[in-house]
Amino acid sequence: MIVDSSSPAPTKNSLLLSSEADLQRTQTPYVTGTSVIAIKYKDGILIAADMGGSYGSTLRYKNVERIKPVGKHSLIGASGEISDFQEILRYLDELMLNDSMWDDGNSLGPKEVHNYLTRVMYNRRNKFNPLWNSLILGGVKNGQKYLGTVNMIGVHYEDNHVATGFGNHLARPILREEWNENLTFEEGVKLLEKCMRVLLYRDRSAVNKLQIAKITDEGFTISQPYSLKTQWKFKAFENPTVGAEGSW
Amino acid sequence: MPIQQANWSPYDNNGGTCVAIAGADYCVIAADTRMSTGYNILTRDYSKIIQLADKSVMASSGFQADVRALQKVLEARHLVYQHQHNKQMSCPAMAQLLSNTLYYKRFFPYYSFNVLGGLDSEGKGCVFTYDAVGSYERVGYSSQGSGSTLIMPFLDNQLKSPSPLLLPAKDAVTPLSESEAVDLVKTCFASATERDIYTGDKLEILVLNAEGIRREYMELRKD
Repeated sequence: MIVDSSSPAPTKNSLLLSSEADLQRTQTPYVTGTSVIAIKYKDGILIAADMGGSYGSTLRYKNVERIKPVGKHSLIGASGEISDFQEILRYLDELMLNDSMWDDGNSLGPKEVHNYLTRVMYNRRNKFNPLWNSLILGGVKNGQKYLGTVNMIGVHYEDNHVATGFGNHLARPILREEWNENLTFEEGVKLLEKCMRVLLYRDRSAVNKLQIAKITDEGFTISQPYSLKTQWKFKAFENPTVGAEGSW
Repeated sequence: MPIQQANWSPYDNNGGTCVAIAGADYCVIAADTRMSTGYNILTRDYSKIIQLADKSVMASSGFQADVRALQKVLEARHLVYQHQHNKQMSCPAMAQLLSNTLYYKRFFPYYSFNVLGGLDSEGKGCVFTYDAVGSYERVGYSSQGSGSTLIMPFLDNQLKSPSPLLLPAKDAVTPLSESEAVDLVKTCFASATERDIYTGDKLEILVLNAEGIRREYMELRKD
């Protein structure tokens, strides 16, 4: 938005009535993250996301952490506008701070944090100024596993496996076939990597640098960034026009 | 600054179908548990039914975020009612509250299509059916949501409800027994699932009667 000196300084009244108010509302996202996928497994929750921050069609940022811890019991993964995710992290920080200031031995679990996020997202949608994100909230508290999601208009649900964006189209079908409730950590990671590989091949905003995060009753770990092996040496990719000379 | 066009919609349709049938001394409320968006299924196990009071159960389909917000508002209002009146809200009272709550947002509606079922103060089954902005009436049976166009004509045929225009007014509640009504509901959903892509996965049925409330589930086609 270029605000030049020829437009008058907005007074309070004009701020509310005129299109200057629209300068304050999110209309389109700018720097975005792509899919996040998550599953429940035997000991807790696994969440995977790549580290890309796209600026439209440019893969501008390649070191964006899109999975973060929330208190002792939860992890949040976000796709969509990165600056809005950063603001959500600030909200969550304040939430957890106020929670611990009660000093009552109680702490917000994943179900409560998910509910809070749902209300925040829905309320922003009601004011026509949404936080342009799809969020995944997973965690374990007192042995109870929880995995939920909420998007920018407030649609939310919990399930044994969830995904955002392209993950809904490409990863969920794989998870529906291959997920079971007794997955070990290794099996869970393998399953998520299978999904991330498909996303890497088929989602143009995906980057080959990902993190997988785990949360159990004992605590959380977020892996160091790593890459997936990909396979491009297919016969059909060599001399691709051999069957139709002159085509591309 | 030129007029901006919104490039996002505050609404979505998460699909699903709800049905309620009133009997002489019971009420059956049912809804599928599929939640979708566009051509995707988000989850196969999401309940659209909520018990608002002892004798009031609401099933709602449409935009899930609005449905949940509406449920929370009604739950909270019922709690306040209980504190102020030291009793549960009757079903007809809840019906009026729901209507008023919906109309309150007449100019930015809850995209929620509701059926309210329960027992009235005489213990007879009652069903109230609504549109998104609160227009409602008491009926013997109703369906709302994506499969309602398939189910409603079938219910009209099977339950042969007398015309509400008759004088003296004829009773709208069905003479069917409780188990016959539950079977009818199961048939409705099995049929709607065949032809409506947004209906399926699982059917959740709640039965309210003098003894209390009973819950039953039935698998539906998952395609």
